[in-house]
Amino acid sequence: MKTCLVVDDSSIVRKVARRIVEALGFQVIEAEDGVEALVHCKKAMPEAILLDWNMPVMDGFQFLGTLRRMPGGEEPMVVFCTTETGIDHITKAMGGGANEYIMKPFDKDIVMAKFQEVGLIALDEQTAA
Amino acid sequence: MNPTEYEYLRKFLKDNSGLDLSADKQYLIESRLLPLARKAGLSGIGELVQKLQGGARTVITDVVEAMTTNETFFFRDKVPFDHFRDHIMPEIIKARAAKRSIRIWCAAGSTGQEPYSLAMCLKDMSAALTGWRIEIIATDLSQEVLEKAKSGIYSQFEVQRGLPIQMLMKYFKQTGETWQVNPELRAMIQHRQLNLLHDFAQLGTFDVIFCRNVLIYFDQDTKINIFNRLARQIEPDGFLVLGAAETVVGLTDTFRPIPERRGVYKPNDPRAAAAKPALAGAAPRLAVMAGR
Repeated sequence: MKTCLVVDDSSIVRKVARRIVEALGFQVIEAEDGVEALVHCKKAMPEAILLDWNMPVMDGFQFLGTLRRMPGGEEPMVVFCTTETGIDHITKAMGGGANEYIMKPFDKDIVMAKFQEVGLIALDEQTAA
Repeated sequence: MNPTEYEYLRKFLKDNSGLDLSADKQYLIESRLLPLARKAGLSGIGELVQKLQGGARTVITDVVEAMTTNETFFFRDKVPFDHFRDHIMPEIIKARAAKRSIRIWCAAGSTGQEPYSLAMCLKDMSAALTGWRIEIIATDLSQEVLEKAKSGIYSQFEVQRGLPIQMLMKYFKQTGETWQVNPELRAMIQHRQLNLLHDFAQLGTFDVIFCRNVLIYFDQDTKINIFNRLARQIEPDGFLVLGAAETVVGLTDTFRPIPERRGVYKPNDPRAAAAKPALAGAAPRLAVMAGR
């Protein structure tokens, strides 16, 4: 089973995201900020990371930069999931090594479409879901 | 809504849009028409039916539009667009090398996501198409839907359904909460109102026809009739692309499926199709359609 790390400082968002991502067939690990997320990644690289931008301690963008410089850190598919919806933020995230970008609010269809886009889930799974 | 009203609406929709509702679609009618009735200051479906029976023109249009408008998204089902990019277009580009012109028809263009998706595919392969004349004609029954398609303005939700972020960055401009398709892409598409039940010979012939997720709403006779008329608007080496739940198989010999490309069909040589007896079930119905 593939693992998805859900990084968000809001427990409600994590809960909603967990439900969606689990329904897509992933095992979910949660982290409240970038530092906690890095600890998880050092232990075992997840296949997918759903990443908030604005968080205390270490934000999503800083986390992404650190992750991509880590050994094996280029492997996870990183999908931003943030209230930052400006094109400047999107451009910065994609330039910083993100694979996809979700603008909050989000729903199952959006997460599914984005995961499919980066090849985390196959088309058939999408049709079956 | 009582059974008489339901039957009236069923027949009304069949006659005016070809929409073929089965006997158990009351919920669909209620969910779509109740808001419309309320908006028009009517008490409910019953009063709406009375208005229709009275021949109120604007109400007729509103009802047809409310019932035939469907949610769609960019690159819907993904695979047909992969086929378009990797298989259909390379073949057409080779075949039209001398003419350097391609015509594409989105026969159920809806709010524009499909024609714009095709336009994005074509833009991405623009190196192979320099100096080519490309026409994309998007048609839909509903004027309201066409206006939206023409504007190319989509909500944040809409641009996240099926549209890769790279495409959003490349082909859209953000204006507050909404995103608009850039002018260059908008200029590639002509939007026209068209009812597939009516004659569409005036559109001319096409190399590729996308006719997805609209025929499912029609009954068998109507489907056959539309397929046969589509066959006259497609180049002999052209392609027809249908929705995932649609097929020509068992309905007409005018098109044949391409086995390894799900949803993609090629026209049969009309003489060959005529020489071969039509499917037993389909033949009498074809005769009926011809006599109308």
